[in-house]
Amino acid sequence: MDALSELMNGFATAAHPTNLLYAFLGVLLGTAIGVLPGIGPAMTIALLLPLTYSLEPTQAFIMFAGIYYGGMYGGSTTSILLNTPGESASVVTAIEGNQMAKRGRAAAALATAAIGSFIAGTIGTLCLALVAPQIVKLAIKMGAPDYFAVMVLAFIAVTTVLGASKVRGLAALAIGLLIGLIGIDPTSGQQRLTLGIPELADGIDVVVVAVGLFAVGEALWIAAHLRRTPADIISVGAARMTREDWRRSWKPWLRGTAIGFPFGAVPAGGAEIPTFLSYVTEKKLTKHPEEFGKGAIEGVAGPEATNNASAAGGLVPLLTLGIPTTATAAVMLGAFQGYGIQPGPRLLQTQPELVWGLVASLFIGNVILLALNLPLAPMWAKLLRIPRPYLYAGILFFASIGAYAANLSTFDLWLLLLLGALGFGMRRYGLPVVPAIIGIILGPTAEEQLRRALQISDGAVSGLYNTWFSKVVYAVIVLVLVVPPIVGRIRERRASRETPELQHSDRTGGQ
Amino acid sequence: MSTSSTSVKQGRSELGVALLLLVLGGWAVIDALRLQELAIRGPIGPKTVPLVVGGLLVLTAVLLAIDVLRGGRGEQEAGEDVDLGHGSDFKTLGLLVAAFVANALLIERLGWPVSGAVLFFGTTYALGSRHFIRNAIISIVLSVSTWYLFYLGLDIKLPAGILKGIL
Repeated sequence: MDALSELMNGFATAAHPTNLLYAFLGVLLGTAIGVLPGIGPAMTIALLLPLTYSLEPTQAFIMFAGIYYGGMYGGSTTSILLNTPGESASVVTAIEGNQMAKRGRAAAALATAAIGSFIAGTIGTLCLALVAPQIVKLAIKMGAPDYFAVMVLAFIAVTTVLGASKVRGLAALAIGLLIGLIGIDPTSGQQRLTLGIPELADGIDVVVVAVGLFAVGEALWIAAHLRRTPADIISVGAARMTREDWRRSWKPWLRGTAIGFPFGAVPAGGAEIPTFLSYVTEKKLTKHPEEFGKGAIEGVAGPEATNNASAAGGLVPLLTLGIPTTATAAVMLGAFQGYGIQPGPRLLQTQPELVWGLVASLFIGNVILLALNLPLAPMWAKLLRIPRPYLYAGILFFASIGAYAANLSTFDLWLLLLLGALGFGMRRYGLPVVPAIIGIILGPTAEEQLRRALQISDGAVSGLYNTWFSKVVYAVIVLVLVVPPIVGRIRERRASRETPELQHSDRTGGQ
Repeated sequence: MSTSSTSVKQGRSELGVALLLLVLGGWAVIDALRLQELAIRGPIGPKTVPLVVGGLLVLTAVLLAIDVLRGGRGEQEAGEDVDLGHGSDFKTLGLLVAAFVANALLIERLGWPVSGAVLFFGTTYALGSRHFIRNAIISIVLSVSTWYLFYLGLDIKLPAGILKGIL
C-alpha cells in the first residue's frame, strides 16, 4: 500500500510538536471564528490567512487543515443554536437542529453533529488519501484541453447549480473572470485592465479579494440590515448523547458520509445538494417520521456528516487537479498560489511532504476538533452572545489589518473598500459570491490552459475537444445544464405537498 | 410607501446592476482592443479572453435586463443577524465607510495603533454601541496588541507612526 506508507510519513511530519501546535491553533481559531454568526468557513480562512504569512508552507497548510475543519464545524453550532443559518451548507442542519435545541435537546444535537463530523471527516480523509494517488495517476496524463474542459465544468457547475437565478450566477462569474484578468498578461507582458495603476500590475492580491468580497461585503451588508432585537439563542450544557441517540445516529452518519464524499469530489458545486439529499434520505428511512420537522436527531446527524464528508471530498479536486469546487477551496487555492505552489497532479511528486503532512493533519485536526467540541460547547455558545457592534467592528478591523499586511500598502485598503462595496451590491441584488471568487482564482489558469491547448493544435478549435477525456467532460457539462432544470421541475411539483420548511431548502438547493 | 412603488423602485435599481455589467463589459472590450498582438506564442493572443469575458458581461447585462423587465428580482441574502424587513440603513453604512476611510488615510501618518483604534471605535459607534469609555479601551488594547502580534509574532512591521520609538 503505497498511499498508506506515504500517509505514515505524513503523520511523522504532522506529529512534530511544533506542527501539532499549529494544527491545534488552527482548529481552535477556526472553530472560534467559525462559530461567530455571519462568519462562514471561507471568511474564516480569509481572515486568518495573514497569520500564516511568516510560516513555512508545510506549517501554514497544517494550520489551514485545522482552520478548514474547525470553520466547517463552527458553522453548524451556529445553525443549531441560532434561528436562521447564514451559510448554505448548514441550512438543512438548522431545520431539525434548531427544533431540537428549542425542545431542550441542544446538547444532543451538538453531540451528534460533532461526532458525526468526526466520523465523516475521518472516513472522508481516509478516502482522500486512497483516492488522490489514483486520480493523480490519471491526471498526470491530462493535457491542456482536458484541464480546460474541467475548468469550464467547474465554472458551469458553480453558476448553474448554486443560487436561485442562473443569469445572476453567470453575471457573478463574469465579474470574477474580469477581476481575474486585471494585471500583466503573462505571455505578452502587456498590462490588461490596470488603468495604468502600478499597484494593479501584479493583479489583486488574493487576500484582498477574499477578505473584501466575504468579510467587508458581508459586514457592510449585515450592518445595513442589523436585527434590532437580538436573535434568540438557546443555552446549552456540555454536548452529550443518550444510548438511544447513538442508536439513531450511527446509520445516518455513515449514509451521510457515503453521500457527501463523492458529491464533494466532483466539481459540481458545494455541499447544498448532498446535505439536502441526506436529509430527504433520512426522512424516508426513519422509524420516527412523526418527529421530522419537530427535531429529529437523524435530520441533524445525516446532513452534518454529509457536510464534513463533502468538505473532505472537495480536497480531492483541489489537491490533484488544482480545481476548487467551493468558495472555501478557492480561498485555499489562492493561499497555495501565494506560496508559489500550484496544486495539480505534480504536487504529490514535487511536494509529497506538504501534501501528506496536510492529509495527516486533517486526521489529527479531526481528533482535536472532537476533543474540543464536546466539552467546550457551552463556551462556543457564549461566543454567540458577543455584542453585534463588537462582532462586526472586529470583522472590519481584522479585514483591514489583513489586507494591509499583505503588501503593506494603503492602496490595498482602498481596493478592499471597493471590493467590499461590490460584495455588498452582490448580496443586495442576489448575485452569488461563490462563482465570482472561483472566476477570480481559476480564471487566469483557465486562460493559460486554453492558450496552451490551441497552441498545440495550431489554432484549430478541435484542439479543445480532441481527447477522450475532454469529450467526456463536455458530455457531463451538457448533463449539468440539462438535468437540474428537469429535476427542479419534478421537485417543485413535489414540494407543494411537503412541509413549508422544506420548501425553503428546496429553493436554495434546487434549480 | 405602498408595495407597488417599492417594487418599481427596486426594479429600477436592479436595472442599474445590468447597466454596471454593461459598463464593465464595455471596459473589458475597449481595453482589449488597445492591446497589441506582439510577441505572441500560439494563435490566441492577449486580446481573446478579455474580449470573450467582455462579451459575456454584455450578454449577462442584456439577459439580466430582460429578466428584471419581466419581473425577476434578485434574492437578497439572508443571515443570522440580518433583518430584511427594513431597507438598507444608509446612515450606518455611511458611518462605517467613514471609519474605514479614516483608517486608510491615517494608517501611514499616525500609525496602526492610532488608526486601528479609530477604525474600531468608529465602527462600534456606527453600529449603535454607546459605551464610549469601554469601547475606547477595547479599541486601544486591540490596535496596540495586534501591532505587537504582527511585529513580534509574524515579523510584519505595521506602521508605528507617531508612536515610533515608544512601542
